[in-house]
This record gives sequence, structure tokens and C-alpha cells, in this order.
Amino acid sequence: MAELTMIQAINLALHQEMEQDNSVIVLGEDVGVDGGVFRVTDGLIEKFGKERVMDTPLAESAICGVAIGMAVKGLRPVCEIQFSGFSYMCMHQVENHAVRLRGRSGGRFHVPMVLRAPYGGGVRALEHHSESKEAYYAHTPGLKMVIPSRPRNARALLVSAIRDPDPVIFYEPKAVYRAFREEVPDEEEAFPLGKSEVVQEGKDLTIISYGAMMRPTLEAAAKLQESDGVEAEVIDLLTISPLDDEAVNQSVQKTGRAVIVHEAHRSFGPGAEVVARLVEKSFLYLQAPIARVTGFDVTIPLFQRENDYLPNVHRILRAARKTLEFVA
Amino acid sequence: MPREEIDIPYRLDYLSILNEKGEVDEELEPEMEQELLIKLYRSMLLNRRFDERLLSLQRQGRIGTFAPIKGQEASQLGAVATLEESDWLFPSFREMAAENWRGKSLESVLLTYGGYNEGSVIPEGLNNLPVAIPVGTQILHAVGVAYAIKYRGEKNIAMVFFGDGGTSEGDFHEALNFAGVFQTPTIFVCQNNHWAISIPRSQQTHSKTLAQKALAYGIPGVQVDGNDILAVYVAVKEAVERARSGGGPSMIECVTYRMSMHTTADDPKRYRKDEELEEWSKRDPLDRLQKYLMAKGLLSEEEIDSLEEEVKKEIKETVAAYEEKQKELGDPLLMFDHVFEELPPHLKEQREELSRELAEKEEEEQNNG
Repeated sequence: MAELTMIQAINLALHQEMEQDNSVIVLGEDVGVDGGVFRVTDGLIEKFGKERVMDTPLAESAICGVAIGMAVKGLRPVCEIQFSGFSYMCMHQVENHAVRLRGRSGGRFHVPMVLRAPYGGGVRALEHHSESKEAYYAHTPGLKMVIPSRPRNARALLVSAIRDPDPVIFYEPKAVYRAFREEVPDEEEAFPLGKSEVVQEGKDLTIISYGAMMRPTLEAAAKLQESDGVEAEVIDLLTISPLDDEAVNQSVQKTGRAVIVHEAHRSFGPGAEVVARLVEKSFLYLQAPIARVTGFDVTIPLFQRENDYLPNVHRILRAARKTLEFVA
Repeated sequence: MPREEIDIPYRLDYLSILNEKGEVDEELEPEMEQELLIKLYRSMLLNRRFDERLLSLQRQGRIGTFAPIKGQEASQLGAVATLEESDWLFPSFREMAAENWRGKSLESVLLTYGGYNEGSVIPEGLNNLPVAIPVGTQILHAVGVAYAIKYRGEKNIAMVFFGDGGTSEGDFHEALNFAGVFQTPTIFVCQNNHWAISIPRSQQTHSKTLAQKALAYGIPGVQVDGNDILAVYVAVKEAVERARSGGGPSMIECVTYRMSMHTTADDPKRYRKDEELEEWSKRDPLDRLQKYLMAKGLLSEEEIDSLEEEVKKEIKETVAAYEEKQKELGDPLLMFDHVFEELPPHLKEQREELSRELAEKEEEEQNNG
């Protein structure tokens, strides 16, 4: 057991998976000699060589398209896209081929690839370096969309993503990368994809979030307990798609009230899907309208204003209280 | 501080062996087994006649939209004839003859154009990728498979087809660049058929040739008469042998012509002149190979007639088998197969939803009937 940052935890997952399976290949821009711009792939090239840790030309579509070919031929490529804002050049390869080759070939081929990318705001970055557009991918059939929130689950989910027989988009909350350390077991650990986690149990209200927004969400939940005596149940989705709606519905059927928190834009965002699943399956349990605390439907502003774009503890508290106070 | 010419070692050849009159350059003529030549001729004929049959089936409404290959048989077959069975093929959407040569059935072509997903199913053991429709996107996959081949120390190669239009796509550039950097055993076969729907080759690029684009990536390129199956075979074989022995990727531009429409949803009369088609008809690859084989005494009038009969029969049987097969492919629930290895809960629910709807529909029909 070691106290690791999320970067170190992801690095551990890559080291261990590459050690035990020589079909795992890491490719991307600056992932080799430089160890990645965030140092996530640090030390891999020294250990596994440049055939397995490929410093590629600066071409995102190629990284993704070549990885599809590798996966078809039995490798397990793990692509790094330096920032999720540059992943859209991969979109046609993901949408047209990665998710379709299994079906198109009638099961003859499948594409066990992972596309890792840091996402989200809060690190005072340049334009295109702070987006949270997981909905693009979550909307795509045949694709899994995973977003960890802490070092330990980042490691254990990446292990599962690499071993998954289908393509996985793995968004890493860069605001969490070095924000804190957590104990991560040395021995192998894999969390199942498609399963959320009840991080905190409660009976009065369910707050659903994921990724970097788990921190303000948990802080808000603690404040609700302290100052309002409210017991909030907090769910960390971990996998955005396929959505663990069973757990979400189970919780809301208990609490009757729900708030969803994400930094992605509100309209057609992941929260909209959560609301739909709740309305479809738990309509009669709901005691108040479901609230969404999200990024606004504007391009995320540069860093002087990004904190006013991003959900924060204050906004979550306000939404939670409004939901709790609602009387039909 | 001089200003001087940069020495770039590069040579770009144009290769033609068998001209449109059926005359052969004996110095360049390859030694090909009679059996292979006849097999190639038969395959060209089969695909030509099948293409014609597809057009009539489409006009009768018995299949949907399709992309005819007429005129491009030599470019395709001359290239794939150089492959080993265990090599890999990455077709775009106009490579029916290439796919068929490699073992993809004509019945599967009918299934695809007839609107059944089963048409693109790849049987175990066949290293063809399914058809890729978004232009140029498949080029990268051939680099990835080739990289994996090299990584595993295997001796196979990956051959990818694309058109003149495809060379304008970013993925073309990214793929050749990547292949050059990592020296993957990838063979890039460009069928320059002069038209990308209504856009002529001259409007895709200001470059004199498409083959010269390989120069920019530091890989060998060659332009060949794409309606000359001997030239295609020779040029591609050189590239394949080089790749197989560790010499890296190559690009071959086959100069050919799309004698038919882009797809059956298109009318070429809107954008190109009949005279152009007439000119190219004189360079028909099928006639040319026929003349060559007859001149060499490898094929007689009688044998041609009997091959015509043979492919006619094969096509008739294929269409009949397709129409029979349609009867067992009605189940709409098959759309949920192969989305993921394991169906997640929401898809199980949606499958159940459709299943219920279908049962209700059936019940309703029975009651009405």
C-alpha cells in the first residue's frame, strides 16, 4: 500500500498491465522519452522500450486509427490524447470504426483499445485544455465512457478498461491529477466498468456526480450534514456509459430527492440522461424536481472566469437545499 | 550561407507493360503461371458480369444503392494477386473484385447491398476487413495491423485500397506519415479512377501525380497503368516483396477509370462528357487481358465462351442463394448482437422492448389476418 497521486496511480496501472501482457502498447504524443506532458507514462519507455511505448507523430486521428488496426490484430493499445479538447480529431475513427467493427464483421474482429485523455477545468490552462465533453462519447453505441475521481479508482478502472474487450474512453480529471494522495494497494486491483459507487450513505437526498466534481460534491454533502443535519447519499458514477441506473434508481427510491453535479454543459449532458432514467423508473418515488448543477451552455471561459463556470460547493448546496425544501 | 538544391534521392516511375492494343513490352513482361493468368481473367470476367447484374437488380429494386467497379478490375486483381492468404486486406467501398479474390463471397455483396448487416460478416480465417465507407479512414487501420505484424515478428503485410479522392483526406496523410516513421509493412494502393463523384482528379490536388505524394513521407511511390494487369502485378509485387523483407511501406498509384457511376444514386452525365468515357472504353482492362491471352495462345474463342457461360451460371446461383438466404434473416432482434461482447443492462432492456413490440405486432397481424 502506497500513498499515490492519481498520476502515479495511473502510471502504476500501466506498468503492471504492460508487465503481465505484452499485447499492451502505449502510444501518443510525448508519451515516451518525455513520459507524457503530465508524466502519466513516466518510466514506461525505459522499461518496455520504444516498440511498446510509441512516441507518435502529432496526429490524433492516426493515433486512434492505428490503434484500431493494432487492436484488430490482437494488441491492446492504450492511446494518450494529450488533452480531451484534441480528441475530436479521433471522433470519426471512434464513431465510424472503433465501435462498429465488432458488429460490422459479425464478431470476427473487436477493438479492445483505450483512449485516455485528461479532461476538465480548474488548472488555469489555455483554451481547448479545459473541456468536459464526455457526452459526445457517451452518446455513441458500442463505446464505454469511464471517468475516475480518485487515485485508487483511477488505477483499478484503468486496469479494467485495458482488459475490456471493447473500446473504452477514459477521461482523467486533470484537476485531481496531483490534488491529493490516496492509498493504492500494490497488488492488482480491478473495479468493474458500468458500476457506480455509493461513496456516502444517506437517507434524505441523493447527490450524483463523477470525476473532478466529486470533491465539491463531497464537501457540500459534509456541509449539509454539519449545518443542516441532512444525510445525503453520494453516488460516484465512475462509468458514464453504460450508466449504472440500477444503483441510481435504488438510491433515489430511498431518498426521493436527487441532485446531479457535473462540469459538462447542461443541455443534453450526462445529467439529462440520469434525470430521464430516474423519471422513467422512479417517478412515483420522487418528492421534488430533480436539480442539475452543471457547467453553463457556453464554451468554458479562460481561467480568469472558469471558476464562475464550474459548479462549486455553494451552487451544490443551494440546489440541494432547494430540492430538500420542496413540498408538493 | 548558400542557397542550393537539397539532394533528395527519389525516383518516380510510370510503368506500362501491356498497352491498349494488347501489345506487350517483352522486356518488362512478368513470368506468370498460365493458371494464374487464366484465374485472373476469369475473376475479371466474373466481377464485370456480376457488376452488370447488380446494376439490373438495383434498377429492379431488388437491392439498394451500390458502387459499381466497372473498369477497375485490373487495378484490384493485379494488386491482390500478389498477396499470401494470411496477408491482410483493407478495402474501401469499390473493391468487390479484390475482396472476392481474397475469399469474400459474391452472395455477401448481395446481402450488403440488399440491406442486411450479415453481408459484412468476415468468416474466421479470412484476413479481410469489412468495407469502409467514410473515405480514407481505413488507411490508418492498415498501418496499425502492419505495426502489430512487425511487433510480433511476423512476415505478413497489410494492403489498403483507396481512391484519388481519398488522397485529399487527412487520414491519408497521417497514415503514410505514420507508416514512414515506423516503417510498417503496409502497401498503399491508390486507384486513381479520375472521379470522386463529380470532382475530377485535377481538382483533388495540384500535384502532377498522386504517387509523388509518397516522396513527402520518405517512402517509395510508383505510378502504373491501372488498366494493365501485368503492370499492376509487377509494381505491387515489388512493393510487397520489399515490405515482406523488412523494407517498409510503398505506395502504388493505379491510373484507371470509373467507367460507371459513383453509386447508383448518381448520374455522371451531369458532370462528365461521354467522349471521355468512350476514350477510356478503348483502354478497358478486360479486353486488354483477353487480347494478351489470345495472342499468347493461352485462351481461345471457345474457352472465352465457356467461361462466359460458367460465370453466368455462378451469378445465377449466387442470386438464387441470396434470395433464399433472405428468408432466414428477418429477425430484427439481431441488431443487438455484437454491440459489445456482453450486452449491458440498458441494451437488454431495449432488446426486450423491441421483442415485446414485435410480439404485439405479430399478434395484431394474426388477429387481423
